[in-house]
Amino acid sequence: MSAAASYPTHWRRPPAFFGTRRRYWLFIGGVILYFAWSLSTLNIDVERMLAGLPRALDIFARMVPPDFSKGQLLLKGMLESLQMAFAATLIGAILAVPLGIAAARNIAPRPVYLAARGFIVLNRTFHEIIIAIFFVKLFGFGAVAGLLTLALSSWTFCGKMLAEDIENVRMGQIEAVRATGAGFAQTVVFSVVPQVLSRTVGVLIYRLDANVRHSTVIGIVGAGGIGQTLSASFSRYDYDFAAAILLCIAALVALGEWFSDWVRRKLR
Amino acid sequence: MNTAARRYPEIWQRRSLRETISAWLWTAALAAAAVWSITMLDIEWAFFSDAHLQAIDLAERMWPPRWSYLPVIIGPLIETIHIATIGTAIAYVFSVPLAFLAARNTTLNSFTWAIGRSLLVISRSVNTVIWGLLFVAIFGPGPVAGIASVAARSVGFLAKLVAESIEEADRGPVEAIESTGAGTGQVYLLGILPQVMPVLVGTTVYRWDINVRESSVLGFVGAGGIGLQLYASINQFAWQQVLVVLAAILLIVLLSEALSAYIRARIT
Repeated sequence: MSAAASYPTHWRRPPAFFGTRRRYWLFIGGVILYFAWSLSTLNIDVERMLAGLPRALDIFARMVPPDFSKGQLLLKGMLESLQMAFAATLIGAILAVPLGIAAARNIAPRPVYLAARGFIVLNRTFHEIIIAIFFVKLFGFGAVAGLLTLALSSWTFCGKMLAEDIENVRMGQIEAVRATGAGFAQTVVFSVVPQVLSRTVGVLIYRLDANVRHSTVIGIVGAGGIGQTLSASFSRYDYDFAAAILLCIAALVALGEWFSDWVRRKLR
Repeated sequence: MNTAARRYPEIWQRRSLRETISAWLWTAALAAAAVWSITMLDIEWAFFSDAHLQAIDLAERMWPPRWSYLPVIIGPLIETIHIATIGTAIAYVFSVPLAFLAARNTTLNSFTWAIGRSLLVISRSVNTVIWGLLFVAIFGPGPVAGIASVAARSVGFLAKLVAESIEEADRGPVEAIESTGAGTGQVYLLGILPQVMPVLVGTTVYRWDINVRESSVLGFVGAGGIGLQLYASINQFAWQQVLVVLAAILLIVLLSEALSAYIRARIT
């Protein structure tokens, strides 16, 4: 009798993830405290933000209609971005093969493995723009710096993916090929390569797409490509030309993504 | 007898003649495209001849790191994390309605679906730093522009993945809730949202650690965070400070990556 009274008559949705309602409210309280703290340290000027709204309208008004009259400049920048992305992907892919082997736990010696992984982590941490700054310092302004930046980040990215694929290789095929009396090179070509090839091609296509995207920003620090044109047009308040560039970038990126999805679906 | 035997070659070949030719054609096409890309970039090869000397010179100027600069960058470091966190939080809030708008099974009609999809494409195809250029022009330099650009880029990223998971949601719970007489809003809230919650939270946490990395460079375009100090130090040729800033960025990016991986491992 008394047990029946302890069941609630109304259903309340239990909180997701937290298990108990108390922990849920503690989390909410923590979030509120965090926002109170962070917003107070950021000294956000509400007045200036509100002043920004009419300015936003003004900028958008000046962006419409987009100015495609400097088509030559636009086309040159886009083409440079594409070439940078393409060449960087290829260079990165070729260099990624030794790096991937060095960073695979199951074939590389321990010190080589650790060094390769450290190199990958170090490179992945820094945003492309930071790396681009250094290449601009070393090689001067222009597409070379951009090419090398993208090649470096493609190198480490593809190397990491390849290493993970090699680590997941099935030993059965390797032993089967080895049992026919094949040497090391033959073993790699006939048992490891077929297992990692299709995934690696997928990674490369993805990386090409990512490089097209990144090539549109590293120009901001002077590393060539359409980003340089865009950054210049913003600093000259040339908003209608900037709008044209933004539209072209969006179209290129969307196209690249669609192409990358299409190829990877075909590969599967 | 004789003809049947002739069909099988004596020596095993991995590829047929046709496959070999097509593989070589692909390779040739790729090589031609690579050569075209690299030659069109008009690279100044002279810069390569002394690049290693420049790099050594730069490394010497960076050493030893000027640790006395560290107290100056603590504030901007915290600001960088705040920009990433608040930006991601805003994106989290806006991504849910956008995802419902852009998912084929929850959107109102094909017109609203097209609006949702094009918002996704616009948000995703413009890089965070380019959003930064735009928002600095609107709000003026400072963390507000950074927060807005992180949010603008992340909302499409989150909403795309959540929309895909809404489209794949199990019909069972939805029908169960519909059969209790619940309205559309209740069905979405109780039938679909709990199913996509793990994806939503997991992607948000993942995006947050990408955003920490992205907000480390937002300062280059004036959108707040540590990038401002990094850019200033580079422009003053204060390379010993640059090393300190890079070490600090390395630390916060690695920490946020570890934290994000830990949370994602807990919730999935």
